[in-house]
Amino acid sequence: MRGGPDPCWHFHGDLCRIGAIPEVTGMDMSMKLIFEKSIAGRGCDLLPECDVPVAAVGNKFIRNSEIHLPEVSETELSRHYTELMKRTFGVNDGFYPLGSCTMKYNPKVNDEVAGLPGFAEIHPLQPVGTVQGCLEVMKLAEEYLCEITGMEAMDFQPAAGAHGEFTGLKLIAAYHKERKDTKRTKIIVPDSAHGTNPASAAMSGFSVVNVASTKEGYVDPEELRKVVGEDTAGFMLTNPNTVGMFDENILELTKIIHDAGGLNYYDGANLNAIMGLVRPGDMGFDVVHLNLHKTFSTPHGGGGPGSGPVGCKERLVRYLPTPRIILKDGRYEFAEKPLESIGRVKAFYGNFRVVVRALAYILTLGGEGLRNASENAVLNANYMMQKLQGIFDMPFSGHCMHEFVISLEQLKQEKGVSALDFAKTLLDYGMHPPTMYFPLIVHEALMVEPTETETKENLELAVEVYKAVLEQARKEPEMLHQSPAKTVIGRPDEVMAARNPVLRYQF
Amino acid sequence: MKEYLYTKSHEWVQFLDEKTARIGISDYAQGELGDLVFINLPEVGDELVAGEEFADVESVKAVSNIYSPVTGTVRAINEELLDHPELVNADAAEAWFVEVGDIVGQVDLLTEDQYKAEL
Repeated sequence: MRGGPDPCWHFHGDLCRIGAIPEVTGMDMSMKLIFEKSIAGRGCDLLPECDVPVAAVGNKFIRNSEIHLPEVSETELSRHYTELMKRTFGVNDGFYPLGSCTMKYNPKVNDEVAGLPGFAEIHPLQPVGTVQGCLEVMKLAEEYLCEITGMEAMDFQPAAGAHGEFTGLKLIAAYHKERKDTKRTKIIVPDSAHGTNPASAAMSGFSVVNVASTKEGYVDPEELRKVVGEDTAGFMLTNPNTVGMFDENILELTKIIHDAGGLNYYDGANLNAIMGLVRPGDMGFDVVHLNLHKTFSTPHGGGGPGSGPVGCKERLVRYLPTPRIILKDGRYEFAEKPLESIGRVKAFYGNFRVVVRALAYILTLGGEGLRNASENAVLNANYMMQKLQGIFDMPFSGHCMHEFVISLEQLKQEKGVSALDFAKTLLDYGMHPPTMYFPLIVHEALMVEPTETETKENLELAVEVYKAVLEQARKEPEMLHQSPAKTVIGRPDEVMAARNPVLRYQF
Repeated sequence: MKEYLYTKSHEWVQFLDEKTARIGISDYAQGELGDLVFINLPEVGDELVAGEEFADVESVKAVSNIYSPVTGTVRAINEELLDHPELVNADAAEAWFVEVGDIVGQVDLLTEDQYKAEL
């Protein structure tokens, strides 16, 4: 851990707790876990006397061990969540330019629609005749998202981006397998890729081949030609790429893969830059995943729920997860499973209400609105980038798309202030830090994605804050090792957490 | 003491004799990675190929591949590192990853001075 011991963290037994101890009284006022607040017999429910005959439950269904759930009053429960909320930072708290994560503002109308009883109070096993509207939502969302991405069909089962990658790669595997093209075992991934790309490829049973980026951050067609061959199953790419540049060689790159007999996979994490402007399907991609929770505006971070639908071109449609929704004689139904399908990847139909929110977002903005959103995302990123140009070192200059990358390598060498120190200091200004140490090809990287939902004034304020922090880093570098000073939690001991994770409360 | 030679990808190799060597990562590499939290090593008997990855290390920042400077067979692994990855941060030259025997090839290696000039 850098910067010495942190007053806000201490260890109590094997439990790590948050908060400082008032030195005067010696009382421990740190935040307690909900389990620590539990008192046997307390609860939040008031149930009337049972007025129906009690039926016996078979022995094989009866639980033998204690269930170990926290028992607290409703007041305590409510305060617990409020206490947690005060310790987090979300889009509703302030500027949140987390690169590659598209932390845009989520219009409240999305939540309002997703909360309608017809969407919120249904059961996944209800007869389809009683949930026709829900099936229509999925079908409509599929149609619009296919139009936006240039795909033929889309499936909503995957619960988030990496799950979508896994599913998409399984489609590629199924395609080669059905053609008995079993030597295709390799997935090509650029060295600037999201870490999930090689991980998903490995999870899907492929081996990974890295292709080096040019110093401008693009995939070099010549380098790609060197690594393709009879063993190429596919190529994974995000465009704009992870340094925020649009790869103008994209048609050549996807053709190299197709000519070699492989398929192209589009990582939709950066779709927010191109909605309504250019479509992955037209760039030569055969499979895409989208991150509905990012691009199509639903609250995310902290583990979900997300939605990572997978779209594909005609030749892959029959491998999609089942059941598929079809319209038959004016009625929506779940279609029979085609034999070639890879099967289910999640229980039921994915995180349905995230799809509802995404559809609400699409219908609110319309085609023109979506294009405007992307244009403004690109404009905002460029505005901030230009304002910081010449002050910060930017390894990839020129115009960016929806995000840009700063390198603090020089600051680290001269003053010992790292990207981590810089990021932590931004918290004291009420701003969430950008993504740090990504992409891996840039040292001491900060990756800034302002999104389209920030005002010009907010961007200008952020620019002033970044400049002020840089100034402080040069004048009093020691201070930055200690920051943040104003947050409830200072610097969590990430190393201790990774080496000795305590993931379960045992009692 | 046997000389340390280096690769451009920041591994060190120390030849114990013509056919046997120990491999680790450079002090510069451990500094760049930051505190290591996990190390994944090959197994005794695995064949390593010069220039190809044989291990990976995880820091709070990222997971990084470690490339073998030599072609040969793993004779021993430093099992202590599996439970104590911080030993690499404490003394990278001392914290060997694997010992390789039957060495039949190697990548271009740099002397300590040449390596430092590259940094």
